[in-house]
Amino acid sequence: MTSTSTGSSTGTGPVAPALRAKRRRSALRTAAFMSPWLIGFAVFFAYPLVSTVYFSFTKYDGFRPPVFNGLDNWTYVFTDYPLFWPAMRNTLWLVLVMVTCRVVFGLGVGLLITRIKTAAGVFRTLFYLPYLAPPVAATLAFVFLLNPGTGPVNTLLESVGLPAPGWFTDADWSKPALTALALWGVGDLMVIFMAALLDVPKEQYEAAELDGAGSWARFRHITLPNIAPIILFAVVTGVIQAMQYYTQPLVAGKVAAGVIGGSGQQFEPGYPDKSTLTLPQVVYNVGFQRFDYGTACVVALVLFALSMAFTALLMRRRGGLIGTGD
Amino acid sequence: MAQLTDTTDTTAPAATGRAGAPARTAGPRGTAAGAGRKALLHWIGVHALGVAAALFFVLPFVFLFLTSLMSDQQALTRDLVPHTWEWGNYAKVWNTPGFLTWWRNTLLYAGLGTLLTVLSSVPVAYALAKFRFRGRRLSLLLVIAMMMLPPQVVVIPMYLFWAKQLDLSGTLWPLIIPMAFGDAFSIFLLRQFLLTIPDEYLDAAKVDGCGELRTLLRVVLPMARPGIAAVALFQFFSAWNDYFGPQIYASDNPAAWTLSYGLESFKGAHHTNWNLTMAATVLVMAPVILLFFFAQKAFVEGVTLTGVKG
Repeated sequence: MTSTSTGSSTGTGPVAPALRAKRRRSALRTAAFMSPWLIGFAVFFAYPLVSTVYFSFTKYDGFRPPVFNGLDNWTYVFTDYPLFWPAMRNTLWLVLVMVTCRVVFGLGVGLLITRIKTAAGVFRTLFYLPYLAPPVAATLAFVFLLNPGTGPVNTLLESVGLPAPGWFTDADWSKPALTALALWGVGDLMVIFMAALLDVPKEQYEAAELDGAGSWARFRHITLPNIAPIILFAVVTGVIQAMQYYTQPLVAGKVAAGVIGGSGQQFEPGYPDKSTLTLPQVVYNVGFQRFDYGTACVVALVLFALSMAFTALLMRRRGGLIGTGD
Repeated sequence: MAQLTDTTDTTAPAATGRAGAPARTAGPRGTAAGAGRKALLHWIGVHALGVAAALFFVLPFVFLFLTSLMSDQQALTRDLVPHTWEWGNYAKVWNTPGFLTWWRNTLLYAGLGTLLTVLSSVPVAYALAKFRFRGRRLSLLLVIAMMMLPPQVVVIPMYLFWAKQLDLSGTLWPLIIPMAFGDAFSIFLLRQFLLTIPDEYLDAAKVDGCGELRTLLRVVLPMARPGIAAVALFQFFSAWNDYFGPQIYASDNPAAWTLSYGLESFKGAHHTNWNLTMAATVLVMAPVILLFFFAQKAFVEGVTLTGVKG
C-alpha cells in the first residue's frame, strides 16, 4: 500500500533548469501515454456519473428539460416503486445461492481436473467450453432444454420417475434454472482454481502424508488455507457479477414468456412474476420503456453504490486481492 | 462429443499402470500390491466423476445440435434424436433476411472494437506498469472502478449524449467509438502482464538510446504478445456477446443489429420452430468456440492472469 509517487514535483529549493526541463518532459510523456484513458475517463465515466447524480434529483423524460424535484425520485424508488424491492430480493437470492453454488462447484471441478491423469487436456477443454457460449445463445439453449413441454431434461427426469418442474415458467424454479445455466458456464472459476491448486507447494502435502493425514485433513489444513485468497476473490467477483446480472435473466424471461423481441415491444420484465428481475433490468425498464429518467438514475446509483462497495472489498487487505500495490 | 468421453472411459484402465500407480506405490504403508489396488480404485473414482462432469458440460451441446437437425414437426415432440437429418435447417437460417447483416455488424463491432481497444489500451497500461508518476495509484484505482462499473449505471446520460447530441442512435458507433479511449478491463489486464517484464530490458533499451515510444514498440510489444492476444480475445468475445449495448443503441434499427441481439428476436419470429432457433444458436456459438481452439493457450493464460495477484 505504499505510495507510488516518487515526489518528483514536491522538491523544494532551487532546481537546476536542466532538471526542471527534464521533469516537464517526463510529465508530458506520461500525459501522452495516459491520454486515451484520461479522455475516456472524463467523457465516459466522470461526466455521465455526475449527470446521473443530477438527473436523480429531477423529473426528466428526455424531451422536456429536467425539472428539479428534490428527493421525490428517491422516496418513490424506496417506498412505492413496485419493481425495486423484488429486484433487490432476487439479487440477494443470487448472491446467497447462485454465487455459493458456483464457487463450490468451480472448486470441485478444479479439484477434479487436477486429479485427472488420463486425457486431462480433453476433459479440461470439455469442462471449459460452455463458459465460452455467448450468453444469449446459452440462455436460449437452456430455455429449450428446460422447457416443461418437450424439453429433453424434463423428458429424462420423467422417464426415471422424478418430478419435472416448470423451470423458467415457474416463479419458484426460474432462479434455480438460471443457477443451472451459471453452473454450466463455470469454466472461468475452474481455470482460476486449477491454477491456484497447482501453486500449493507439494512438500506440504508430502509432509502431511508422512504424518498420516487423511485426504480430508490434507484438504482442510493445507489446500484450503493456501487457496483462501482465491476463494475470496471468486466470491467477491461473483457477488459483483450477481448484482450486474442482466442478459441471462432478461433473455430467459422474454423467451419463456413468448415475447417477441425487437423494437417497440412493451414487456413486463422479470417473467414469471418478477422472479428473474434484477437491478440493471429495472434501470432499462424504467428508463427506456417508461422514459422516467430521474427514477432510472436513482436505481442506477443504487447499483453503482453496491458495485463499488464490493469492489472496495476486493482492493482492501494489504496490497489488495487484485494487486494494486507495488 | 459423447463418443469422445466414452472412448476415454474404456481405454482408461489400460493406462493405469503407467499413469496412476507408480506415484503411489512408494507410499510407506501396505504392500506394493495393496497400494497399487488403492491407486487403481482412486483412478477409477476420479475418472468416473470426470466422465459424469463431462456429460453435464457436453450434453446440452449435443441436445442443442440434435434439435437443430430435426424437422419442424419433430422439434415439437419429445424425441431426442432426429428421424430425418435436416441439414437444410442451417441453410434456412443462413438465408433468413437480416442474418448476414447481423454477421457483418457483429464482425465490425467485434473486429474494429478490438483493434481500437488494443491500440488505445497498450500505452496506458505501459505507463501504469512502468512509469513512476504522481497519481499513478489513484489512476489504477479509477481504472478498476471503471472496470467494475456496470454499463447500466451511466447509460442514461450516455444514451442522451449519443442519441440527442450526436444523433448516432440506430448505429453501433456509440459502442465502437468509446473503445478508442481505452477499455478499463484491457488496461488492467495488460498492466498486470507488463509488470512481469523485468525493468532491465527497458533500461538496456534506454542505454541503447531508445526513447519511451521506441522502447514500447521494439522491446515491450514483442514480449507482451501473449498478454495482448489475451486482451484482444476477451474484447472480441465481449463485443460478440454484448446484448445490452445493441439493445440500447440499435434496437430501433434491425439493419444495425448484431448476432447476439438478433438471435433473441429470431426466437420471437420463429416461436414454434425450436429446430431453426437452435440452428441459429449453433451458428452464433460456433465462431467463438472455433476461435477458442485456435487460441486456447492465450485465452486460458488471460483468465488466470485476471485472478492472480499482480
